[in-house]
Amino acid sequence: MATEPQLIVTSTGDGVEIRPSGSWIAANVGVLERLATSVASRVEQAKSLRLDMGGVSELDTLGAWLLERLSRRGTAGGYQAEVFGVSENYAGLIDEVRHVNRHNPPPPAARNPVIARVEEVGRFVWGFGEEATVFLQMLGSLCVALFGIVRRPRSLRVTSLVYQLYRVGWQAIPIILLITFLIGAIIAQQGIFHFRKFGAESYVVDMVGILVLRELGVLIVAIMVAGRSGSAYTAELGSMKMREEIDALLTMGLDPVVVLILPRILALIAALPILTFIGSMAALYGGGLVAWFYGGMDPSVFIERLHDAVSVEHFEVGMIKAPFMALVIGIVACSEGLRVKGSAESLGRQTTTSVVKSIFLVIVLDGLFAVFFASIGM
Amino acid sequence: MTIELKNLVKTFGSFAALDGVDLKIEDGELLALLGPSGSGKTTLLRIIAGLDWPDSGGVWFDGENALARGAGERHVGFVFQHYALFRHMTVFENVAFGLRVQPRAIRKDEAAIRARVKELLDLVQLDWLANRYPSQLSGGQRQRIALARALAIAPRILLLDEPFGALDAKVRKELRRWLRTLHEEINVTSVFVTHDQEEALEVANRVVVMDKGKIEQIGTPNEVYDRPATAFVHSFIGESIVLPVNVSDGRVWVGDQALNIKPNGATPGPSQLFVRRHDMQVGPAGSGLRGSVRYVRTFGAIQRADIALAAGDGETLIEIDTPRDRELKQGDVVELQPTRFRIFSA
Repeated sequence: MATEPQLIVTSTGDGVEIRPSGSWIAANVGVLERLATSVASRVEQAKSLRLDMGGVSELDTLGAWLLERLSRRGTAGGYQAEVFGVSENYAGLIDEVRHVNRHNPPPPAARNPVIARVEEVGRFVWGFGEEATVFLQMLGSLCVALFGIVRRPRSLRVTSLVYQLYRVGWQAIPIILLITFLIGAIIAQQGIFHFRKFGAESYVVDMVGILVLRELGVLIVAIMVAGRSGSAYTAELGSMKMREEIDALLTMGLDPVVVLILPRILALIAALPILTFIGSMAALYGGGLVAWFYGGMDPSVFIERLHDAVSVEHFEVGMIKAPFMALVIGIVACSEGLRVKGSAESLGRQTTTSVVKSIFLVIVLDGLFAVFFASIGM
Repeated sequence: MTIELKNLVKTFGSFAALDGVDLKIEDGELLALLGPSGSGKTTLLRIIAGLDWPDSGGVWFDGENALARGAGERHVGFVFQHYALFRHMTVFENVAFGLRVQPRAIRKDEAAIRARVKELLDLVQLDWLANRYPSQLSGGQRQRIALARALAIAPRILLLDEPFGALDAKVRKELRRWLRTLHEEINVTSVFVTHDQEEALEVANRVVVMDKGKIEQIGTPNEVYDRPATAFVHSFIGESIVLPVNVSDGRVWVGDQALNIKPNGATPGPSQLFVRRHDMQVGPAGSGLRGSVRYVRTFGAIQRADIALAAGDGETLIEIDTPRDRELKQGDVVELQPTRFRIFSA
C-alpha cells in the first residue's frame, strides 16, 4: 500500500507546478522533509504556485502540514497558491491544516528582573499577611471559646482534656527525659574539655545551669513537642476534616473550636511547663554525671556551685516562656489541620508545614523573650 | 418546611460553582440534585446546610432568612458521602451524640435519649448493632447509621450528599428502595445529591438537573426523561443516539438523506437529533436513514443491534434496541425510523 513519496517540480513560465505523489505519511518523514526543503527556494522565487495533489495515495497530518507549509511560502511571496486535485478523503484534513498555526503565539513577555523580584517580594509579604490572619483568627476564636467556658464551666470537655494531657504530657516524658539528659551531658563534656585549657573547669557548672534553665531546657522541649504533638494535632484534625467529621459537628450545632481544639491547646499549655521542668532537671542531672565521671568533680561540689551560680530568676525565665510556646505550637498545629483540603497529599503537606512553622515561630519567640528579659533586667 | 433559593452565586477563584440558581423545594418533597461532577450540586447542598456561604443570593426556610443562622441553628440533618461517623464511639453513642450535645434547656433526659436512639435504630433496621463500632460495620450499614444520626435531632430538612456514592452496585440498589420507603414514613423535606441518574429517577419526586453551576431542568423523573428541555439533559439522562442533522425546507436531513419525520418547529439550520435507543425502529422502505447491521445481540424480548449509518461524512455507528418480531441479521441493510425524537439546534 505504502509507496515511496515523490515530488515533481515543473516550471510553468515564471511560476512552478508541484506534483507530490505516493505516501505522504509520518513513516516517511525523513524523505518528506528532504523533498519539501529541496523545493522551498524555488517556490519562494516563483511568481505563482500550483499544487496538484492528484497523485497522493496516502496522506496524514504530517504530510498535509509539509505541503501546506510549501503553499504558505507562496503566500509569503505575495501570491495565492492554487491547490487542486485533492481526493475527497483528504479534503477535510487539508482544510483543517489550512487553519492551524495561522498566527504565531505571542512571545512570552520579557520580564524586567527588578520588577520580577519586586513582585516576588510582594507575593511573599501578601502570603505572610495571610498566615498572620489565619493565626490571629484561630487565637480569636480560641479566646471566644475560652470566654464561653468561663461563663459555663461545665461545657468544658474534661474527658478530652485529660486524654490529651495524657498523650502530650505523660507519654512524652520518656523521650523528653532521654533527649534533655543527653543534651545536658554533651554541654558539660564540651565545657569541661575546652575550659580545662584555662583551668576554669569549675565554671562549667555555671554554664550548664544558666544555659539549661534559661534557654535550652524550654527550647529543646518545645521543639520536641512541636514535632511530636503538634504534627499529631494537625494530622488528626486534618483527617477529621477530610472525612467531613468537622462538617458533621457543625451541622449538629457544635463548634469544632470548643469540642476539638480548645481541649488540645489547653492540654498543651498545661503540659509544656511540666515537661520543661522535667527536661531541665534531666539536663542538669546529665551535666552533673559528666562533671563527676569525666571532670572528676564531686556531686556535692557540683550542687554547691550550682546553688551559687543560678538564681530562681533563671528558672523563672525558662518556665515563663513555656506556656507561650505551647500556645504558638497549638495554634499553628490546629489551624494547619483545619486548612487540609480533600486529598491525602494535602494532609501530608499541611503536617509538614505545621511542624516547620511552629519550630520557626518557637525560636523567633525565644529571641523576642531574650530581648524582653534583657530589657527588664531578668 | 419549604426551602427557597433565590439567585445564588458562588465562585471559587475564577470558577463559578453556582451561577444564579433559583429553586423552590416544597414541603415533604424528596428532591434529587443531579449533574456531572463540578456542576455545583454539592456546593448548593452545603449552602443549604450552612457549611458554605453564597457570594450573593438568598436562602429562605419557610419564608425565614436562613443565611442569618449558622449551620448549627438551622436544624438540618446532613448525611455525608463518607459517613463521617465518629470512630471512637459505638453505633449507639454516634446516634445519641446529637441529642446529648443539645443545649440543656431542650435536652432530653437519659431515658428519653435511650428510647429515641432505640426507635431510630429500629427505623434503620440495625438495632442489633448498637454496641458495635463503626469500623466493624459494612458500608451500607454505616450509611444507615449515619442517616439515623442525622435524623436523631428531628431535623426540619434532611440533606444527603451522594449518600450511596461509596457503596457497591447491589447495596446501592437496596438502599435506594429503602430510602424511598423511609421517606414516605418520616416525610421530612429531603434533598439528595447524586451523579447517578438511575438513582435520581428512581428515588426522587422531582429531579433538578444541573450543569456548570446552572439549573438545566426541573421536573418529575418522567418529565425529565421523556421531555428533556435541553440537549445537555437529553444526553445526560438515559442513553441517547445523537446525530448531526440539518433542518431545511421543513425536513430533517442526515447528510444527503431526508428522514421521514417532521422537524416539529425546530429552527432551520444545523442541529442535533436526539433519539432514545428504544425509540429508533426499523421502518419500512423509504424511512430515510439507511444503514447496515454490523452486530446483533439478543436480550430476552429485545435485540440490540449495532448499525453503521452511511450518511454524512464517514460512517456513524449507533446502537438500537428493537423488538424481536423482526429478526435482524449481520449484513442486512435496513432503514431506520425514529418513533420519538427531539431536535436541538447545534
